[in-house]
Amino acid sequence: MAVKLILRDKEYEVRPGMALVDALKKNNIVPESVIATRDGEMITDDEILRDGDVVKLIAVISGG
Amino acid sequence: MRQHKLALCKEHYLEWIPEQTERFIKKYEMFTREEKILVAVSGGKDSLSLWDILVRLGYQADGLYLGLGIDGGINYSNESRRLAEKFAKENNLKLHVVDIEKEYGQPIPVMAQISHRGYGKPCAVCGLAKRHEMNRIARDLGYDVLATGHNLDDEAAVLFGNTLNWVSEYLLRQGPVLPASADGLARKVKPLCRFYEREMTAYAIARGIEYIYEECPFAEGSQSILYKETLNQLETVRPGAKLIFYLNFLEARKSGNLFIEKNMEMQKMHPCPKCGQPTSAPDFCSFCRMIEKMKAEITSSD
Repeated sequence: MAVKLILRDKEYEVRPGMALVDALKKNNIVPESVIATRDGEMITDDEILRDGDVVKLIAVISGG
Repeated sequence: MRQHKLALCKEHYLEWIPEQTERFIKKYEMFTREEKILVAVSGGKDSLSLWDILVRLGYQADGLYLGLGIDGGINYSNESRRLAEKFAKENNLKLHVVDIEKEYGQPIPVMAQISHRGYGKPCAVCGLAKRHEMNRIARDLGYDVLATGHNLDDEAAVLFGNTLNWVSEYLLRQGPVLPASADGLARKVKPLCRFYEREMTAYAIARGIEYIYEECPFAEGSQSILYKETLNQLETVRPGAKLIFYLNFLEARKSGNLFIEKNMEMQKMHPCPKCGQPTSAPDFCSFCRMIEKMKAEITSSD
């Protein structure tokens, strides 16, 4: 299994054991631009991702 | 929150945000508990959170929702209105709703098309109409102050754009408070101007506030989003960069250390002969000129 990151309609797979911030950077997602939730609860950038985690990323940028 | 070197649990975070907001309201002398506040509510995370925070702090805050008539294939305006009304109802708050099409005959995208403003995008017309209508409603309904949900990322992006282009007049005007003018501009305040956009999103989620997640269909590819993304890349490698950029600007402006002339006067304003709001344009204000032009175009095409 792996860790799945979901941002809008895109999915990314990363290996377990990484910190969230590193997983985001590895996929060229700017950590400052998203908030991560797992099972409906917010998690911090230093959270270590576990095998089977599904992390939903919420885009924070708005404006026009 | 690396920029504050602070980590809080959900419960304390939900206390910290209103406490800090109260601190900013006092620091910048935005308003008092005796004053009536009109909160411009878009249905987004920032404005709904601002309304929530002000009410939690015990301020007299009513909402104003402007129906812009934007669909974009996602029913954008109707959905944002639904969420603003839902929040007001659930919290037993007063929400004024103004529908631009009902007031002026056309929704914003059509208004932009007919008036030929904004290089093919309705954003310039939208901004102009929102500023005009927010001020009109605040003035007509006797509110002391108009509060908007601009966060630090909004302010830093505007500052970045104005600095890139060295727009000194705008730099001179940017700040947490725009004082009322004797000729009819309401006081405008931005109580969230020192919170990161990410902090406000976290607040809305933690408070369970349902907000419109979809972006305005016309915002895609906008300059302000490009500036925000650029600043966020900087923030990732230099935590606190956005906050320092904005706060040091405010400090420099306050102390007169910006290179712009200290005694540079604001442009002279006069009341628009049609709507009475202050304008620096020679005759009618930009908004009324746009409406007149639109009406003339419609009449000539009939």
